[in-house]
Amino acid sequence: MTSAPSAIRQVSAADAVKLVEAGYRVIDVREPVEWNEGHIPGATLLPLADLQARIAEVAPDRDAGLFLHCAVGARSARAAAYLAGIGYSNLANLAGTLTDWRAAGGAWEAPEQLLTPAQQRRYSRQTLIPEIGQAGQRKLLDSKVLLIGAGGLGSPVALYLAASGVGTIGLVDDDVVDESNLQRQVLHTVDRIGQPKTASAKITLAALNPETNVVEHRERLSAENVERLIADYDVIVDGTDNFDTRYVLNDAAVRQRKPVVHGSIYRWDGQITTFVPFEGPCYRCMYPTQPPEELAPGCAVAGVLGVLPGIAGLIQANEVFKLLLGVGQTLAGRLLMFDAMSTEFSEVRIWRDPACPACGEGSIQ
Amino acid sequence: MSTIRIPPVLRETVGGSRVLSASGGTVAEVLADLFASHPALRDRVTEDGELSPFVNVYVNDRDVRYRDGLATPVGEEDTVILLPAMAGGFG
Repeated sequence: MTSAPSAIRQVSAADAVKLVEAGYRVIDVREPVEWNEGHIPGATLLPLADLQARIAEVAPDRDAGLFLHCAVGARSARAAAYLAGIGYSNLANLAGTLTDWRAAGGAWEAPEQLLTPAQQRRYSRQTLIPEIGQAGQRKLLDSKVLLIGAGGLGSPVALYLAASGVGTIGLVDDDVVDESNLQRQVLHTVDRIGQPKTASAKITLAALNPETNVVEHRERLSAENVERLIADYDVIVDGTDNFDTRYVLNDAAVRQRKPVVHGSIYRWDGQITTFVPFEGPCYRCMYPTQPPEELAPGCAVAGVLGVLPGIAGLIQANEVFKLLLGVGQTLAGRLLMFDAMSTEFSEVRIWRDPACPACGEGSIQ
Repeated sequence: MSTIRIPPVLRETVGGSRVLSASGGTVAEVLADLFASHPALRDRVTEDGELSPFVNVYVNDRDVRYRDGLATPVGEEDTVILLPAMAGGFG
């Protein structure tokens, strides 16, 4: 590789401003986290590590004027040397800092600060994901998710929602921690046996993320309290252990148009789906008639593999993130089944029932 | 022979099997063949000769309630899934 230093000019901030006004293309070789804190309007973000792979696409004309900068000039000097070596002929590198650029009257675009510096550090690994970014993280921080049950399914959901910065997590559970819960309900610990599950969960979640507001609803979901309990929340996670509660929750959630992320587990098997009222089927569309309880024994009777609620719960948590962020495809209209014994996932389609008493044509929409 | 997937809550009625084979050209015929060898399954899946409202039956990934019910055709290569509601969660 032959270098061509004459292709590179070191320019002062004041000269750089003139070059950009004259039409030089601005290439910002900093990292996305730096870019997010502010950048030159119209610049192209091209981190140094991506330069080789992307420069031909970003700047196909090797004789066009390119103005390179980073934060203090070191990275952009390396970028300029590389570009000169591969034949770019008209390169200007900022000899100075971005502070100098702004002091010289250079244009600057700083986004509204959606996150505090501490939040930017804590959540940096997910704000780097294009579908999340700072705006998505802000949405998570402003979101409220209600978990029905702080047990097997609720544990992994709550842990990951809190870790990721979901702002408010409500927990509906009137049970206390039992020794037999600890095999799978990883929110709780030996020293909290006998304590209310909501209180135990709050201790764990506060240690994981003090920023998350954990709201204890130490009651059992019923027809009497369901409307009040779900009213303040954006998404409901159903991890209940009985049919009564599932139907009561479904009907109220349809009335209030709240999405419900459904999970159920039995020994080695799990089922997960997402009910988005009036966009996809609801629980009653799938199972119109409530079965007798003896047809569906809970974990206490039938047993359950410890990791199963972990796997099913994390799939539920993934659904919650997509609903809150408004990205991707949820499981609405699909029932996902997991068989831990054979490590197989399969799915069936579920349909809105036009005759559904909760969300069908005869219901009040 | 089509493949029948037996869900966990019904496995006790078929001696613990996860997957069975049965012959027949419709859901009704396949179920009749299954019930002949596993009589305990009948009361869990049907009610007075009709499909139980508590159990969904799928041919491949399609719910037969939205097709032709018991008359829904079943091919040799098809998989029939019996799927009762499951309740377990945090208990």
